Amino acid sequence: MTQDIYVVIEHLRGQVAEISYVMLAAAQELAKGQNGKVVAVLLGKNAQGLAGNLAADRLISFDHPGLADFTSDAYQKVLAGLIQKDQPRAVFFGSTSIGTDLASVLSIRLGLPLVSSCRLFTPEGKYVSQICGGKIMAEGELPGPTSLVTMVPGGYKPEQGQSNQSPAVTQGEVPSLDSLRVSLKGYIEPAAGDVDIAKEPILISVGRGIQNKDNISLAEDLASALGGVVTGSRPVIDQGWLASSRLVGKSGKQVKPKIYFTLGISGAPEHAEAIMGSNAIIAVNTDPAAPIFNIAKYGVEMDLFDLVEVLTEKVKAAKAS
Amino acid sequence: MNIIILVKLVPDLVEELTVDASGAALDMAWLRLIINEFDDHAIEQGILLKERGGGQVTIVAPDVEGIDDVLFTAAAKGADHLIKVKGDFSAGVNNHALARALATVVKGLQPDLVLTGVQANNDIDGALGPLLAGLLEMPYVGYLSGVAIDGAKTKVRKEYPGGLIAEMEVTLPAVLGVQAAEQPPRYVAVSKVRQVMKTSTIEEQSASPLDPSGGPKISRMFQPETGGRATMLTGTADEVSTQLVGIFKELGVL
Repeated sequence: MTQDIYVVIEHLRGQVAEISYVMLAAAQELAKGQNGKVVAVLLGKNAQGLAGNLAADRLISFDHPGLADFTSDAYQKVLAGLIQKDQPRAVFFGSTSIGTDLASVLSIRLGLPLVSSCRLFTPEGKYVSQICGGKIMAEGELPGPTSLVTMVPGGYKPEQGQSNQSPAVTQGEVPSLDSLRVSLKGYIEPAAGDVDIAKEPILISVGRGIQNKDNISLAEDLASALGGVVTGSRPVIDQGWLASSRLVGKSGKQVKPKIYFTLGISGAPEHAEAIMGSNAIIAVNTDPAAPIFNIAKYGVEMDLFDLVEVLTEKVKAAKAS
Repeated sequence: MNIIILVKLVPDLVEELTVDASGAALDMAWLRLIINEFDDHAIEQGILLKERGGGQVTIVAPDVEGIDDVLFTAAAKGADHLIKVKGDFSAGVNNHALARALATVVKGLQPDLVLTGVQANNDIDGALGPLLAGLLEMPYVGYLSGVAIDGAKTKVRKEYPGGLIAEMEVTLPAVLGVQAAEQPPRYVAVSKVRQVMKTSTIEEQSASPLDPSGGPKISRMFQPETGGRATMLTGTADEVSTQLVGIFKELGVL
């Protein structure tokens, strides 16, 4: 058993995911009071080059052709063996497409407690987790002796998890990866041809509050008056009201526009994490408790249908004058 | 193809959420529950698979207030069997307890494929799908926006950030976490749901005693502090628009 905090490094096609650095920063904070070190765990094939700037005391590398790309079955097998053998104080996963395929299954297989969507840790071992779209925070003691954790961004800056010193590397022993039930067949690249919303300076972004596809034209009118582009949150894309190339959020694009103007977006964590780099967020929503107002620079508590047409006319008039 | 779809109800985030007198749980008395939107996508994906390749769709859900309507709505969309699992879910249960309660029922149904929403807004101890996969010792893949059956395997499209999609092959039986169905969840008229209520039945099965071990203990729940709150613009639509135009000018876009 060890008091070390293990962080499962997420990477995709040769790039370390930002959440990995956020997890390392959180692990540093927790490790301070737990008399343990921060240990990065890297699974891949010839992936050690990714370890250069990880803020960890040491790194355990599992190098195998079967780990070259993420698949849940192979990763679970390797991590189950490691966690059982070392019994660290905590193991961190991202609350992501990769981490959520692992943490819950391992919790059951290894009989270990799991706290999901954690945002902050204290050295004393307290976690703060966010639920209900970021409207409620839950706090408690991280269960012992070993806990699994999934982390959301927002509590730590990625830079806090970066270092200019490479961690010392040890090789982990990869178990047999025969008879796996999940295999990667290939990747499908995002559709090209549409505007790249990550590069647009003005985004008019619509959420569930836009109500139906016909109403998208209201946002388009405002966008064209301002010289911007219309984007949307997950429900709008899933309903087929906007193309998936316009998705802002966890599984879509991260954006950093000059103005991010939201209409009927509540600001759930999956959306909020993708827009934090915006210069100015301006939010219109009828719900005064919508989390979007906590990250926006300016807010309007109003029905978007009362506002947008009036605003579009005013913008046109200002441009004409 | 025997397809099982797990459904749970979650707090409606449009309503105001309050913390109860214990200070460590949501106040259930005032909570309005709605279907987890990702489960709605799982239902749609399951029915699409049945329409394409045949099979049976069974919906399994814990017995909480409002569940009958959700089950009958799924039947109106094309689900063949409805099962509600009886147990003391009224005070709210964590996903470890719920997964164990549903696992016994699902195992008895001998599924080829189990679909559920990839996550839910009240998850605090992991998601229902992968917990169930762990209990049933089946493979799990989540964040899916496409599922196809190919003999004894399923081909899935798994979403990564930036719009990248991984195509994966998963040996059946498997549990899959649906992010989005291949088409938006279909609409059914209330009249059709009423009609189905007369002809469909909901089977009841009892859950094994609830065992929440594996979930964290929560000592406090609270609404996040709103320190960095937005500067709120007030007035009529006309007045607010004038202020916004001023802000656009200040930011150099007008």
